[in-house]
Amino acid sequence: MDIEKVAKLARIELTDAEKERFSAELDAILAYVEELAAVDTEGVEPTTHVLPLALAMRADEVGEKLDRAEVLAAAPAHDGHAFIVPKVL
Amino acid sequence: MATTKADAGPKPGVVAALVDAQRRGEVTATALVERSIAAARATQTLNAWTHLAADKALARAADIDRRRSRGEKLGPLAGVPVGVKDQIVTRGIPTTAGSRILEGWVPPYDATVIRRLEAADAIVLGKLNQDELAMGSSSESSAVGPVRNPWDPARVPGGSSGGSAAAVAAGVCPVSLGTDTGGSIRQPASFCGLVGLKPTYGRVSRHGAVAFASSLDQIGPLGRTVADVAAVFEVIAGHDPQDATSLTAPVPAMDDLGEAVAGLRVGVPGEYFASGLDPFVRAAVDGAIALLGANGAEVVPVELPHTRYAVATYYLVATAEASSNLSRLDGVRYGHRTVSSVKDIGELYARSRAEGFGPEVKRRILLGTFALSHGYYDAYYKKAQQVRTLIRRDFEQAFERCDVIVGPTSPVTAFGLGERLGDPLQMYLMDIYTIPSSLAGNTSVSVPCGFDPEGMPIGLQIIGPPLGEGRILRVAGQLERLLPADERKPRVYAEGC
Repeated sequence: MDIEKVAKLARIELTDAEKERFSAELDAILAYVEELAAVDTEGVEPTTHVLPLALAMRADEVGEKLDRAEVLAAAPAHDGHAFIVPKVL
Repeated sequence: MATTKADAGPKPGVVAALVDAQRRGEVTATALVERSIAAARATQTLNAWTHLAADKALARAADIDRRRSRGEKLGPLAGVPVGVKDQIVTRGIPTTAGSRILEGWVPPYDATVIRRLEAADAIVLGKLNQDELAMGSSSESSAVGPVRNPWDPARVPGGSSGGSAAAVAAGVCPVSLGTDTGGSIRQPASFCGLVGLKPTYGRVSRHGAVAFASSLDQIGPLGRTVADVAAVFEVIAGHDPQDATSLTAPVPAMDDLGEAVAGLRVGVPGEYFASGLDPFVRAAVDGAIALLGANGAEVVPVELPHTRYAVATYYLVATAEASSNLSRLDGVRYGHRTVSSVKDIGELYARSRAEGFGPEVKRRILLGTFALSHGYYDAYYKKAQQVRTLIRRDFEQAFERCDVIVGPTSPVTAFGLGERLGDPLQMYLMDIYTIPSSLAGNTSVSVPCGFDPEGMPIGLQIIGPPLGEGRILRVAGQLERLLPADERKPRVYAEGC
């Protein structure tokens, strides 16, 4: 596994020690899950959901809303109206 | 020996006793909450709680007492203190899911299960410690330190709902809520001598449960008796428009828990008694199955041939879903944000997540990200979803020949703190008996069936087909009554509720 590439995709900074440790542990786990290759799954549908479900429809009405002040109070940085983040572009 | 409905009902529940005592005026909800708070404090060496909501609980208790004194009709769980796993969102009460990344978060809404508990006049006592973001089998990966097992504080309580099990076993509160993705209610129930129910996938709303693996996650109750678990299940189950995957099937009343097992076909899968099973666990489980047989159940061998692939399947499906779900924990809207200077928002995400997540969560996010990445998706994720179909078919075929499937909940009893942290794969393999029914979407319950020679509890798992909660709880209730009475108490125990 290319640990640096995966960490970048996962948006997690890793230290060099973590890279070394996770590489070894994940390689061992991947070697274990290799056993699935032995199962004949020719023509078997993948399970995306365990029970048959139809998409639920609802009336297009405004329901309960979260309180803005309560939501913003939990934010690491805000200006009273919006979340504040570093420059995106 | 034949048993009848009259002499073989389940054990009387603690919840019903507390509700009745209040109705008769022998005790108030305030007194119950005070007892629970005192017991939580007396057993704090267990580290079972992440937050005790004492003031809020006492205020609610006072309100319930006031309404009772005015002659108002109260809900079925009136005045009963309930502990809630920190994975479940509670408005105005800090919710961290055992993770530093949610440190200090006070949610602006309640999970549906919390609304339902409160509509039934139950009282949320506080939040229970757990493995970080429900990832673990020992409750050792919590950001605030491990939970200890009340039966032996040098051992783990199981996980991930370890606090939910420890608090109930230690006598603090009669029932709690946990979440179960691959065994996280059943295995701690087994390790702590409790009854723990994983409902059918979709039976209980997941709205407000911090998402781990959305195709597997379920909320369910833990308690000291089958009747207690049934009482909470009845309140929290049922369709919720806020969870598109919640089932519309009506929830039957759990009023036939005393019915005899005579004529019931009990399937025993050979795969659940293979190597790695502790001989004392095996003996206790065999004994319980023999007892069901002696009381008229028909014991039939069944096969679940894909069991050996379940752990590998689970660790690909669950981590893939987790890597997607946990992307919302990014330090922008709530939770931990790095205080170091960052050059752009990408670095803010990556560093906040590096600081906020512990090693087990990072390991699983990395594995899931890899399994979903370009070039590997078919070999790992799609393959696992196909094997999952074969595991489901195993159960469908087995349930043509039996009504319930029984076996051990865990291959071992509670192990020592720190004993199994060295090798993540070995820890994953401990969930071999609970993972398959999660992958299949079945319902399962763990019920105590004895102790090992060191006095650690052993759990029996009863698996039912989807929507079979009533059936498996009936078998659990029978077994509870048929097994020899054992009144021993955990070493760390307080007379709470």
